[in-house]
Amino acid sequence: MTADTPGWETVVGLEVHCELRTATKLFCGCPNRFGQEPNTQICPVCTGQPGSLPVLNRMAVEMAMRIGLALHCRIEPSIFHRKNYFYPDMPKDYQVSQYDQPINIDGWLELPSGGRIGIERAHLEEDTGKITHVGGAGRIHDASHSLIDYNRAGVPLVEIVSRPDIRSAAQARDYVAELRSILVATGASDGKMEEGSLRVDANVSVRPRGSTEFGTRAEIKNVNSLRSLVRAIEYEAARQIGVLSDGGRVTLETRHWDEAGGRTTSGRTKEQSEDYRYFPEPDLVPVAPDAAWLGRVEAAMPVLPAARRSRLAQATGAPGEDIAVLVETGLDELVLAAVAAGADARTAVNRATNEVAGALETGTPPPPATFARLVKMETEGALTATQAKTVLADMLRDGGEPEELARQRGFEALASDALADAVSAVIEANPAEWERFKAGEAKVAGFFVGQVMKATRGNADGGAVTAELRRRAGI
Amino acid sequence: MSPESRPSISRDDVAHVAHLARLTLTPEEIERFTGQLAAVLGHAEDVAALDLAGVEPTAHPLPLMNVLREDEVRPCLDRDEVLAQAPAAEEGRFRVPRILGEAP
Repeated sequence: MTADTPGWETVVGLEVHCELRTATKLFCGCPNRFGQEPNTQICPVCTGQPGSLPVLNRMAVEMAMRIGLALHCRIEPSIFHRKNYFYPDMPKDYQVSQYDQPINIDGWLELPSGGRIGIERAHLEEDTGKITHVGGAGRIHDASHSLIDYNRAGVPLVEIVSRPDIRSAAQARDYVAELRSILVATGASDGKMEEGSLRVDANVSVRPRGSTEFGTRAEIKNVNSLRSLVRAIEYEAARQIGVLSDGGRVTLETRHWDEAGGRTTSGRTKEQSEDYRYFPEPDLVPVAPDAAWLGRVEAAMPVLPAARRSRLAQATGAPGEDIAVLVETGLDELVLAAVAAGADARTAVNRATNEVAGALETGTPPPPATFARLVKMETEGALTATQAKTVLADMLRDGGEPEELARQRGFEALASDALADAVSAVIEANPAEWERFKAGEAKVAGFFVGQVMKATRGNADGGAVTAELRRRAGI
Repeated sequence: MSPESRPSISRDDVAHVAHLARLTLTPEEIERFTGQLAAVLGHAEDVAALDLAGVEPTAHPLPLMNVLREDEVRPCLDRDEVLAQAPAAEEGRFRVPRILGEAP
């Protein structure tokens, strides 16, 4: 069986946990920082000491509001609940979360490929501590004991719950990729799935194609990358189709994605474990952003990926694939700056998608205005394509100004003025040939290019010379 | 509270709630707490019997909203001091016995 077995439809709803990029935790002033020495970022509040009291972090609320606005949610007065359970990842034996009155409800996300995925809610809650199982190769049941680091306990999260509107593994990937871009754009998240600052649980079910009722779902946990998400959903959908095709029933349960084994394995059944005895957190009062606060947050919202894509498409006319890459990598600003400076759009897109995007892991992109100057130099023929790529590589590696780097590499003779001067001199010296060129004798262009090359000791760009000749001849 | 308005709470309910709270109760305790909890629930029912049409629900007894703090770092506790108070610690972390259940 595979997930795309004819006659079956996959139905997916996703829960994405997003750690907020605040300076401090949700209810105390401990730093919210990844990768610190274990248990060095803890205090009486986040370790649940008797008598300690939580106070809500204003910035966390504001980031949650930004996320809500970006996902077209309604922002509502909200309260916090205690979710009670016995597991040592929270020293308090409960997690503070929003339950029946979350801050953001009822929104949607538009996929780059078109189509909207409904957002049921996006609520605030605190993250839990990190448990390491010792012995038994890290597996919980074979471990001899466990060690706990509470640095993450109390870190603010927004959990974004989609409606079950997703119909394939590929669409689930597109949803998470777009959601990640949006979260990064709002400044609420660093989007790092590999560090666990963005974590995904997938509710997967299948049903006969054409059916309007949902099948019984399984919740897949431990999905830590977009690639795992696709594999886990495809595996799980195929498994369920197999079970149902054999006349069996799907169990409502939690399943774990086993990356190495490429399969999901059964966890606990949901019926037994979902009694969390939620009750309103008596130590926290309601949070209800007033119109003035909401207005300030709204006014400070950045341009979101969907709008950035259409803006870039309009400015450059580049293909959708390039547009998507540029916006996702945040390089659209570079291209827009170059186009605004009068550089050729196609050249700007090419340099950004090929050279800059390709070097993001190892280099630092130049500031938009600096990038714009480089592309403009290439557009005007001051640099050949090869020379521009060389200078850009220098900029990505060491930083610096394109004019200066070009000079250091001996590309300085190619300033656009120099090119124009060389063309003028050659035209003046060869009036008869110029008349023939103007009359439309295209092959004379080769003669002029050769002359300009000679005059510039081979440093001119043939294409730029031809363009300059055509411009002057008005053809 | 009149006997006929007494809410029904069974011994099984009490045993279930005790399990959720990881309390081990003797049969006598279950019997006693069933009666006591029934009295508490009976009181809640008295309140529920009030005519509250037109009264807005409140989430909290305090007339307060938006009690917030600025996102500013405060000092943390000294790790060694904290871990010294734990039953067991190892490699800078709290050590707990083997966990049988799964994360919630």
